[in-house]
Amino acid sequence: MDSLNGTGKIIMAPVRKGKLVELEPVNSSGEIAFDAMLTTQSAKKTTFPRWEKVMEYEQLQKGINPKEVDLDTLPELILFGIRPCDASGFRSLTAIFNWDSADQLYLKKLEKTTIVSFACHTADEYCFCTSVEGGPGNTANSDIQFTRVNDDNFLVEILTEKGQALAASFSGLLSDPAQLPDKMQFLADVPIVFDLKTVTGKATANFEHPTWLQQSYRCIGCGACAYVCPTCACFDIQDEHLIRKGVRLRLWDSCGFSLFTLHTSGHNPREVQSHRWRQRIMHKFSYMPERLNITGCEGCGRCSRACPVDMNIKEHLITIAEL
Amino acid sequence: MESQNLYLPYLMRIEKITNEAPFVKTFRLKFVNEEESTAFNFRTGQFGEYSVFGEGESTFCIASAPTRLGYIECTFRQAGRVTTSLANCDEGDVIGFRGPYGNIFPIDEWKGKNLLFIAGGIALPPMRSVIWNCLDLRENYKDVTILYGARSVADLVYKNELEEWKNRPDVKLVTTVDPGGETPGWKGEIGFVPTILDKMVPSAENTIAIVCGPPVMIKFTFPVLAKMGFPDDMIYTTLENRMKCGIGKCGRCNVGKVYVCKDGPVFTLAELKKLPAEY
Repeated sequence: MDSLNGTGKIIMAPVRKGKLVELEPVNSSGEIAFDAMLTTQSAKKTTFPRWEKVMEYEQLQKGINPKEVDLDTLPELILFGIRPCDASGFRSLTAIFNWDSADQLYLKKLEKTTIVSFACHTADEYCFCTSVEGGPGNTANSDIQFTRVNDDNFLVEILTEKGQALAASFSGLLSDPAQLPDKMQFLADVPIVFDLKTVTGKATANFEHPTWLQQSYRCIGCGACAYVCPTCACFDIQDEHLIRKGVRLRLWDSCGFSLFTLHTSGHNPREVQSHRWRQRIMHKFSYMPERLNITGCEGCGRCSRACPVDMNIKEHLITIAEL
Repeated sequence: MESQNLYLPYLMRIEKITNEAPFVKTFRLKFVNEEESTAFNFRTGQFGEYSVFGEGESTFCIASAPTRLGYIECTFRQAGRVTTSLANCDEGDVIGFRGPYGNIFPIDEWKGKNLLFIAGGIALPPMRSVIWNCLDLRENYKDVTILYGARSVADLVYKNELEEWKNRPDVKLVTTVDPGGETPGWKGEIGFVPTILDKMVPSAENTIAIVCGPPVMIKFTFPVLAKMGFPDDMIYTTLENRMKCGIGKCGRCNVGKVYVCKDGPVFTLAELKKLPAEY
């Protein structure tokens, strides 16, 4: 930690806050909840915050003066101790924010971020990363990955140039053993519970199936699933006016909200909750794979843990695979 | 300098406000910055995000034709927060505009064909852009027929332009109002748009049909066109899904694998039939 502090970058790591574990800025290793399986919220907030300014404006005596958000002096971040599912979640976000046009509000933040993930040595019944092409030791989108070998030693994989640059700051702590241990033995066991291609195929082919209604009977449309999701990127744009000046904000939104698609006329293309639940699954498992060549799910299970009515996405995806 | 920020709007000055119908206004907008005006271009069918600073953004088509240079126009009905703030603007006020976004009416592909425009109510604005675009290039097209209906005579928009189209020998204009919406002096048809279309019996031969209107009008118009022999790929319409970003990021206008803001708003009926009916 001392070495990382020396880099002048802001270090964000899992920190206990009551019953929750959140990704927060830290100054010392004592603050870090190394034993936590997963943060309550995902890491997406670091590059795609719950709310952010897209512009500011000032009302002048005559006219209006819109002002750019400064993207060139963003702080450099180290995400330290996030899990592989969070790290690979940035792939989906990048696919969304960088297809067709480059959304610099997101991309510039990611560019300034170095990701040091910790492989998972524990998992719970909500985890299913291995079913969505991830895994407890998945290195996708990590710059460095630590795997815990024992109380004193970690296996350190330096994966990118960014990782290399950061590793230089703690190179004194690294040694190059003659024989590397097999990483697999230190990882949590997360069984594969469905075939991803089958889920995509069955979801796509069964748009009108009664299962969507059955699965969504319980859904209260609270949107908690989207807020904790590492890949959900749907957003709203709203203005907030103060005296003679104001801001235009981009805010997290959810396809599960009834207002999401509501027209001013009162017409709503997805008028009932089952349509909105279907949209959530279809977008992640059918539309994104077809459109962006990526699945919009990392199998972290946060949506199921956060759900106040205990909808379990893993179980629902297994059902869809079996249609 | 090109902005990195996709959400930063152009500043537009309201040059002229026209009251079209109760709660419906047209704004003629000019760029505050002359350089932006010169660099700007769009094609018919495209839309934008119009904003009142402090109130938010709202999505409408560009209702003027790209053949009319130096300004853009939009027509909107005062309905929600942003459109109410827009309606309260005066000539000379400055608003925001992002765009142009979305795909286009492929009018180059329509060369040599008859054009049948069918519009209802406040959906004439997107069609007005393509109508004027085609009329400004009149020699490219054969017969041009416009069927326009509204709830009542007062609700008909672009009344001056309707008069202009009526008087043109190279345009056939049929206007109609819903039963009960007529005035004593009304000389047009009385009846719903699909009913009047059925009576007109336009030929489907070498003809493109462009249909814009409220969902219920569209729903009953497509079968009439099918009965007359219009194939699905000769029928065009626009989708009006709710949008925020306009650039395929915010997820709101996603229907099936399509983003209405990127792949639309213009679709053929053949394309629509491949989508789930979430529009």
